Amino acid sequence: MLNYIWFGMMFIAVVVGAFTGNIDAVTEAAIDMAKVAVNLAIGLIGIMALWLGVMKIAEESGLIRVIAKGLRPITIRLFPEVPEDHPAIGSIVLNMAANILGLGNAATPLGLKAMEELQELNPNKETATNAMCTFLAINTSSVQLILPATVVALMGATSSQIFITTIFATSMSTIAAITAVKFLEKRKRFSVGGGSQS
Amino acid sequence: MIDSFVGSINEFSKYIIPFLLVGIPFYGLLFKKVKVYESFVEGAKDGFTIAVRIIPYLVAILVAIGMFRASGALDLLLNFLSPVLSMIGFPAENFPLALMRPLSGSGSLGLLTDLINVHGPDSLIAKIGATMFGSTETTFYVLAVYFGSVGIRKTRHALIAGLFADAVGVLSAVYICQYLFGGI
Repeated sequence: MLNYIWFGMMFIAVVVGAFTGNIDAVTEAAIDMAKVAVNLAIGLIGIMALWLGVMKIAEESGLIRVIAKGLRPITIRLFPEVPEDHPAIGSIVLNMAANILGLGNAATPLGLKAMEELQELNPNKETATNAMCTFLAINTSSVQLILPATVVALMGATSSQIFITTIFATSMSTIAAITAVKFLEKRKRFSVGGGSQS
Repeated sequence: MIDSFVGSINEFSKYIIPFLLVGIPFYGLLFKKVKVYESFVEGAKDGFTIAVRIIPYLVAILVAIGMFRASGALDLLLNFLSPVLSMIGFPAENFPLALMRPLSGSGSLGLLTDLINVHGPDSLIAKIGATMFGSTETTFYVLAVYFGSVGIRKTRHALIAGLFADAVGVLSAVYICQYLFGGI
C-alpha cells in the first residue's frame, strides 16, 4: 500500500511537473525536503531526550503502572492482545493524554516509546500488529481537547466558536478510526501473513 | 461565557508541561526514592538513537510529499474534483486544506493562514478550516515516523484506517460548522 502511494506521488509529481513547467520546482522540492527531513529528526533529539528522561523517572517510580492500571477497562477493549501489566499500555495512555492536552512535543517521544514496547510483543518484526494499527489510528485521528496554539493565534477571538466544532469533529474522526481499525484488522487482505499489502 | 471557558482552558494548558516536568521527579524522589537524575539521563540516552533511526523514513515520505506539492498536482486534482464537491455541499475553498492536512503539517498551516487572511476569522470558510486543522492529523508523517522508528515495513490496515478517520473528521468539520454558523 505505502509502496504504491509513495511511488505514485513521485510519479504523478514528475509527470504533472513536466506538463505544467514546474519540473524545476519538483527537483528543488525533492532536494529541499530531504534536508528538511534530517533537520526535523535532529531537532527532535533534544525534545525526545527530555521526555524520555522524564518518562524513565515516571517508569521507575511506578507512576506509569498506576496510570495504566486505572485505565485498564478502556485499554483492554482497544488493545486486547497486550498483556495487562505490559509497559506499552502505560506509554500508550500517556501518549493519548499528551495528544488530548495538545502537547504535541511530548506526544511524539511517548508514542515512539509505545511503539518500541509494542514491537517487543511482535512476532513478525517487519509487520505491524493489530495493537500498533489501533494505536496509530487513534493517534492520527487526534482527539484533542485543547485547540492547537497556532489555531488560537490565527483565529483570535473567534477561537472560542470553533472550540465546540473541533471537539465534535475530532470525536467523530476518533470513533471512525476505532471502528475502521477493528473492522479492517479481521479482513483477509490485511491479515499478518496474507494479502498483497506491503 | 464560552469565551472565558476557552480562555481558562488555554491558560491552564500553559501549566501542563512545567507541572509534568516537576511533578514526575517530585513523586519519584520524595515518595519512591528514585535516583531521579540517573534515571533521567538513562532514559534520555534513547532520544538520540530514536531520532536518528527515523531519518530514512522521514526523508522518503517528505521528499515524495514535497515533490507532489511542488508539481501543482494538487490544483489539478482540485479542478477535477470540484463538481463532486459542490454536489455534497463541500466548500471548494476548504478542499486544498483537507487534501493537504494528512500530508504536511507546515503546508496545511500555510493554507489555513491564507484562508483566514483572505476570508477573515469570522467567515464560515475560516471556521471550517480551523476546525479541520484541529481535528485531523498529518497521517502520513505520523505513520512514517512511528512505524519507521521500530522498522515496520508492512503497515497493514493502518494507513487506510487513518485516512478514513481524516475524511470523517474533515466532513464532520464542514457539516457541523455549516449547521452551527449558517449555510454557505
